[in-house]
Amino acid sequence: MAISVKDVQHIASLACVDLNETEQERFAKQFNSILEYFKELDGLNTEGVEPTYHVIGLNNVFREDDAYEPLPQEEALKNAPRHEKGYFKGPRIV
Amino acid sequence: MDGDGLEGSVIIGLEIHCQLNKLNSKLFCGCSTKQQGLEPNTMTCPVCLGLPGALPVINKKAVEYSIMVGLALSCEIAEHTQFYRKNYYYPDLPRGFQITQYDWPIASNGILTVEADGEERTVRIRRVHMEEDPGRLVHQGSIETSKFVLVDYNRSGMPLLEVVTEPDLRSPKEARRFINKLRNILEYLDVFDGSLEGALRVDANVSLRGGARVEIKNISSYKGVERALLFEISRQQNMKRRGVKVTQETRHYDDERNCTITLRTKEQAEEYRYYPEPDLVPLSVKSWEPRLKATLPELPDARRERFKKQYSISDDHAKVITSEIRVANYYECVAGKCEPRLAATWVADYLKGELNYRDRDIKDAFEPEKMIYILEQLKTGIITDKGAVEVMRALLDEGGDPKDIILSRNLAKVETDITKAAVKDVIKENLEAIRDYKDGKPQALNYLVGKVMKKTNGRADPAEVNLLLRELLECT
Ligand SMILES: [Zn+2]
Repeated sequence: MAISVKDVQHIASLACVDLNETEQERFAKQFNSILEYFKELDGLNTEGVEPTYHVIGLNNVFREDDAYEPLPQEEALKNAPRHEKGYFKGPRIV
Repeated sequence: MDGDGLEGSVIIGLEIHCQLNKLNSKLFCGCSTKQQGLEPNTMTCPVCLGLPGALPVINKKAVEYSIMVGLALSCEIAEHTQFYRKNYYYPDLPRGFQITQYDWPIASNGILTVEADGEERTVRIRRVHMEEDPGRLVHQGSIETSKFVLVDYNRSGMPLLEVVTEPDLRSPKEARRFINKLRNILEYLDVFDGSLEGALRVDANVSLRGGARVEIKNISSYKGVERALLFEISRQQNMKRRGVKVTQETRHYDDERNCTITLRTKEQAEEYRYYPEPDLVPLSVKSWEPRLKATLPELPDARRERFKKQYSISDDHAKVITSEIRVANYYECVAGKCEPRLAATWVADYLKGELNYRDRDIKDAFEPEKMIYILEQLKTGIITDKGAVEVMRALLDEGGDPKDIILSRNLAKVETDITKAAVKDVIKENLEAIRDYKDGKPQALNYLVGKVMKKTNGRADPAEVNLLLRELLECT
């Protein structure tokens, strides 16, 4: 399956990222070359090899059920391009 | 519409999201779970806001609670379990993905029985898994017409348990009972307070046998579940009657208008592209099972059986009393000091009835000590049943002390002498009824009892009046 410019536009719109035409073509090309590489990986024989879900080999890391101080509201909203009455403001959904 | 023509043709499966709101902190960060009524975005941190570089670490107690719930639902606990990223673009997710479980949920293959018109129905639990709650969206007007959306991330990262059933439920009433029973179990386990807003939310799958499956999303009230299902079933039945094919879709339940509306879901929205969450390490916690099993409290079904044996109360009473942990605790407190069967009648029938009528919870009732006092007065004959009900109503509506209420409202039963005098008067004044009674019309006696009760302002004991009347009528 190849990634078309249309696919890139779709993903960009879902991710709310504006891409111009040159960028769309460039990303389509790059995505396709990444998929090409995956095809190469697909060719490898992985019979009997356990799937790896995590690479560091740790498990059972927990925190105790203790609460800490949250961020002040201004701090939480600081990076948001739009906010109103203490809320983040986002685009309509349906 | 319950039952008739529906039984056997309706297929319902539920996905129930319960907030583990008894924890101190959120699932993956140390923000407090006490976020009810707070200003928006005042209980957040880099982790639950999804800021770059923030690392989630799982709350150990949340895992323990999840295992306890799994065990209470007779599930198997997974040997290994891990988290996944469920990717979708929606403003309620600050990172663009939700951390949830996918393969290897913490618990699976359980059962829960519910009452289904005279029989018990076994509902299979497919899985119980942990996930984080998304943020809360505030729409301007309705979800369809809103121009933009306001987002509060206080709820983001709240620990949720999702309980997924097999499609084993057969009516909206059963679905409601299932949810009530689940809520009840979670409250017995002390991991959940169902009275908090948004603590429990339900997605329901509904189909008529042979038809397509419709998913109703985000039903957020207990009463809403039954109503949403009733609406959706009649919608599907009407379509079937008109020969229109039901299509597989996702609908949103509008609580205010009591209808379901179609959600135009974006194409490919169902492709969540789950992949293992690399920031959280896998869990191997099955070894906790014996320890946690030992801490499980007595659960509703077991408590019901014990109440029947220990207090010799009826199955119906035992069921009503144990169907809410607070009621059960209240009852045990009263039954420890009074005649347990009398206590059952007064807690299950009268008190619960008065509370339901007022749409109130047992936690808003008066203290058990006051109930004990009322029942003592009743047992020793100081007040009548009617008087006891009046004291209860006054306590619920105005509060106060039962002793004062009995005094100030003259509820203490009248002395036998006064009752006797009233009986004599009534006999003198109602010769016709007495003739009827002697002619073999027993209902005339009830009429006379009523007259005496009226004369004593309801403060005579009807049983005593009955006896006195009979005695006097026999010998005149
Ligand atoms: Zn946080």
